[in-house]
Amino acid sequence: MPAVLDVRHLSIAFPRATPVPDLSFTIEEGETLALVGESGSGKSLTALALMRLLPRNARLGAASRILFSGRNIAQLPEQEMRRLRGRDMAMIFQEPMTSLNPVMTVGRQIAEVLELHEGLSCRAARKRAAELLDLVRIPEAHHRLDAYPHQFSGGQRQRVMIAVAIAAHPRLLIADEPTTALDVTIQAQILELLDQLRRDLSMALLLITHDLGVVAQWADRVIALYAGHKVEEARPQLLFGTPAHPYTQGLLAASPRLRADYHYSDGPLIEIPGSIVSAVGEKGCPFAPRCPVARPACRAAMPPLLPQGDGHFVACPVTTLREAPHGHSVGL
Amino acid sequence: MHQFLRLSRVFARTLAHAVPTVIGIVILDFFLLRLAPGDAADVMAGESGAATEETMAALRSRFGLDLPALDQLLAYLSNLAHFSLGYSPRYNMPVSDLILQRLPSSLALMGVSLLLALVVGVALGVIMATQAGRWPDRLLSVLALLFYSVPSFWIGLMLIVLFSVKLGWLPSGGAGSIGTDATGLAALLDQARYMLLPALSLSLFYVAIYARLARAAMLEVRSQDFIRTARAKGLSPAAVTLRHALRNALLPVTTIAGVHLGGLMGGAVVVETVYSWPGLGRLAYEAVMSRDFTVLLGVLLLSSFLVILANVLVDLLQAWLDPRIEAAS
Repeated sequence: MPAVLDVRHLSIAFPRATPVPDLSFTIEEGETLALVGESGSGKSLTALALMRLLPRNARLGAASRILFSGRNIAQLPEQEMRRLRGRDMAMIFQEPMTSLNPVMTVGRQIAEVLELHEGLSCRAARKRAAELLDLVRIPEAHHRLDAYPHQFSGGQRQRVMIAVAIAAHPRLLIADEPTTALDVTIQAQILELLDQLRRDLSMALLLITHDLGVVAQWADRVIALYAGHKVEEARPQLLFGTPAHPYTQGLLAASPRLRADYHYSDGPLIEIPGSIVSAVGEKGCPFAPRCPVARPACRAAMPPLLPQGDGHFVACPVTTLREAPHGHSVGL
Repeated sequence: MHQFLRLSRVFARTLAHAVPTVIGIVILDFFLLRLAPGDAADVMAGESGAATEETMAALRSRFGLDLPALDQLLAYLSNLAHFSLGYSPRYNMPVSDLILQRLPSSLALMGVSLLLALVVGVALGVIMATQAGRWPDRLLSVLALLFYSVPSFWIGLMLIVLFSVKLGWLPSGGAGSIGTDATGLAALLDQARYMLLPALSLSLFYVAIYARLARAAMLEVRSQDFIRTARAKGLSPAAVTLRHALRNALLPVTTIAGVHLGGLMGGAVVVETVYSWPGLGRLAYEAVMSRDFTVLLGVLLLSSFLVILANVLVDLLQAWLDPRIEAAS
């Protein structure tokens, strides 16, 4: 199956830091790829880079290639990029409360995309906007077209955002922490909606999250990011069953929700000692300063991402060696 | 329908606040004006060169100037209750006629000035915000500071020197060519020629304020999440700015513009004097000089009405611009 998105050697640099030094990954048609990592791991920046919406002072590295349907869009002129945005690739954001224009009706905000990319007339766009609101399961969609965002709940606003994003049938939908700001009950509904739309519209979905529960349930494939480096990649079953990178192991151990028999009052919550800030300026593996099994060699050069079979890739020479002294118990 | 109900609620609330405000203003103005030495009879006697005690007393009793202050106030309020603004001893005609003569040209001047200030100011502010930190922004910032600091009468005089005296393009004063019988478009153009310089001198100060305000508001709005959403839709920078950012940035500007209408009338006194513009501002100035307090009270009363009306309009405008504003209880 051809890749909708093929990212090679993506690097994002600010004047004083390089939060994403060298990242490669692909998303296939109709696939849900999850990018997980803690705050500061570069996952949101990566999403913005794909849309070419990085902050003004951020730069894409010269070697970065973002192949979208086979076409490199990393250096595409802004004017051509605008034709892709909202039409072929769309994005929804973390904060549904502030991501919609407060002084424009939701109907207009959806219709705007249709008029821009599909060339629909004002009236046709309005009709289609009502259908889209209905599609994202806003009750009485026809009557809510002229309502303003403040008249919707948080979950409904995120549904409106989804309607805006899918209006022009994008091939790739990027969802940056789409449920982080929502209630747990609403989270499941929104993710289920996204998943169904992905199947119905055969879009690829790039799901960015720090919630491992979300990943376990909805992703086809997971990439764990640490300080802009891909440290592990696998199907969720593999990643959750046999996590191989010390960072992934730590992440899983620190997620009490994933263990059915566990209640947070049973004992102290587990955390990964240290902070992601320690990765700044690290020449070798960025996780080395926090890693319980790090060796001197880890600090010299970034370990390569090596295949472990069955689509499982890990960037840790210590835990993937058979004779590793600590095995799977690391960090637990 | 919903929109209409919302706006009418805003209107009713403002009206309920307006009536007591106006009555308070009248009473306060009345006593303030009595603090000035002399009255209309003194000025008229002084101008005629000589007057006997008897003529003075006759003048005073004719216009009720000899009554105790409280009686004069009650008489004035009773006049108001009958929708009369009283009678001017100096112009020898009802104050309402006098004011109605001057009102249209004053309203036109203020309206054009405010509109000019808003349109030019907001446009400059948007340009400054999109160019923030670059040389067009710096240049406009310096210009705005200049217009903000220079008094309007001086700008008025300099505009006359440049456009009327040196270049001879525009008339230096008055409100229309005398003796022409132009009608329709020609008459309008003639009036526009006379209005251009006074409106410009009156509005430059406000252009500066609105430009700076709009710049700050645009910069703030531009960093908000929904602007990123608009860009992610694939909209052009112009569409993002005009359709999404501008309307949100207009809110603080309209608030301030409503407050400015009162100040604009104050500025009109000066500018109307410089350009001998036959408006209310000059009438107020002449009324002060001749101690014609009935006229002055009338002008002040009308001004307070105008300010209140402007505030109602601003409230309505804001309710229209921002759907989140509901009529508060």
